[in-house]
Amino acid sequence: MAWANQDKTAIVGIGSTDYYVRGKSWPRTINDMAGEAIMNACADAGISIKDIDGIAYYSTAGAGYLDKFDTASLMETLGMPHISFSATLTSGGGGCPGAIGLATAGLMNEDAKYIVTLMALQQLPQHRLGVVFGAHAPSPESSFLQPSGLVGPGHLMSVLARRHMHLYGTTQDAFGEVVMATRANTHNRPKAVRKNPLTKEEYDASVMLADPLRRLDFCLETDGAVAVITTTMDRAKDCRHKPAVVHACAHGGQREWGRAFAWMGMPDPYFASSGHKFTADRIWNQSGLAAKDMDVALLYDHFSPMVLMQLEDYGFCAKGEGNDYVLSGKLRYDPATGKGTNGGIPVNTHGGNLNEAYIIGMTHIVEGVEQVRGTAINQVKDAEFALVSGGPASLPVSSLVLRSA
Amino acid sequence: MAEPIKYGPARVLPGEQIPITTNPDTEPFWQAAKEHRLTACQCGNCGHFRMPPSPYCPECSSREKKWPTLPGTATVFSFAICNKNPANGEDYIYVPIVVDIDGAPGARLNANVTGCNAEEVHIGMKVTVEWTPIRDGWVLPNFRKV
Repeated sequence: MAWANQDKTAIVGIGSTDYYVRGKSWPRTINDMAGEAIMNACADAGISIKDIDGIAYYSTAGAGYLDKFDTASLMETLGMPHISFSATLTSGGGGCPGAIGLATAGLMNEDAKYIVTLMALQQLPQHRLGVVFGAHAPSPESSFLQPSGLVGPGHLMSVLARRHMHLYGTTQDAFGEVVMATRANTHNRPKAVRKNPLTKEEYDASVMLADPLRRLDFCLETDGAVAVITTTMDRAKDCRHKPAVVHACAHGGQREWGRAFAWMGMPDPYFASSGHKFTADRIWNQSGLAAKDMDVALLYDHFSPMVLMQLEDYGFCAKGEGNDYVLSGKLRYDPATGKGTNGGIPVNTHGGNLNEAYIIGMTHIVEGVEQVRGTAINQVKDAEFALVSGGPASLPVSSLVLRSA
Repeated sequence: MAEPIKYGPARVLPGEQIPITTNPDTEPFWQAAKEHRLTACQCGNCGHFRMPPSPYCPECSSREKKWPTLPGTATVFSFAICNKNPANGEDYIYVPIVVDIDGAPGARLNANVTGCNAEEVHIGMKVTVEWTPIRDGWVLPNFRKV
């Protein structure tokens, strides 16, 4: 059944700072970078910062991981005269595109007119993301995980990847192809952190951090901020760019996934998955579309195997066939034709978290908007539908389909 | 594909660097561990196992809990091979394993395994509990290859 709010809202403004290697954004502050991203998004939309009257966050309003955004502080900093919607999707980066659904809820409830969704990330030495989980005595719940030495996200993800390799014969070569295929999209992107083409030899020589995962299977650690503005379709028509229409959006997940790699209790086949099947089914039901109808897929890529598992959960290929799908070159973007290769649908035409920048998923939304506007650097020819995902992570994870207006 | 890596002996992480915390739902598990008795949280009403221990049975909503003494054996469900001690970043080969606990279907533990080289660990490998003293007088279940 079609979603009641299908095509009722659109993303009309996108803005970002430069992307900095971890820790290099200092002496800028979180609110400095967030402010630049929001003001750039307003300029892109053709509205004033004073028009912003709602904020839809995710990651429990985290600014980065240890800082917190505060709506009142943002108003004090940026001068918005009033805010009539301020809400957050729970859990972490899995909620990123789901926050656009939250914004849609606020808009459809007529709480606000222009709702910003943002993330700013800054890792000062005392804020190192990869050791956040291991820095303190564990909670009673995580006392059943942390003593095993599974303390960083990469450790946790490697256990899921291992199970996938065991069940389906998935190879590290496929993880490498995810990294290489998306790296091939950054050479022409001025802001990208990693721009050099990656060879298989270089990938194989990358240090093993959590076997079966190498350093290059881990996403970048970057500082920076990204903001996007969502509004109703009637207002979107008056903005500067062609609207990126919110065609389907869902967040959530099922109990078998739950706390996921913070738990490790997932039964097969959920353990060796991305946990996205539930929201994938929801957006396909909302829209009547399927993976084959997408023109480009912007899949959350904190770790390369999780891209492969999302391809399965969204139905780009069958469960257990991710290895062969990836190795057949179907993630790649062909600049000569503006299409995929070997019948595939291009994945992460912006280079993703692995190669361009890691702002906890926001760069995927920006790329989705640019693709359906027709202004992307690596433009997919005649892109009508863009899939954007957030997570795998503890629930909720989330999914978004943007449509060209 | 790159050649498999020869890691050498898998070690458990040093107990003196490991803290835990407990709450009234989880403490019976850790008290049993002090007695070198492996248990898991079982519903006192329907018999469903769950780990970590939590206030309600997710199947039948009962608050009744049982803490049966289990055989102390388990099967490796998945694992990673890590090479740096997370406490200090020094070279240290350890293998975090996720195990299915024998006698407690559906319940898992996350631990370290020893008694073999890291590269010998495999999914389906049988292991038996080995107790590691940790901070504050608590005892942690780790595992040894059978």
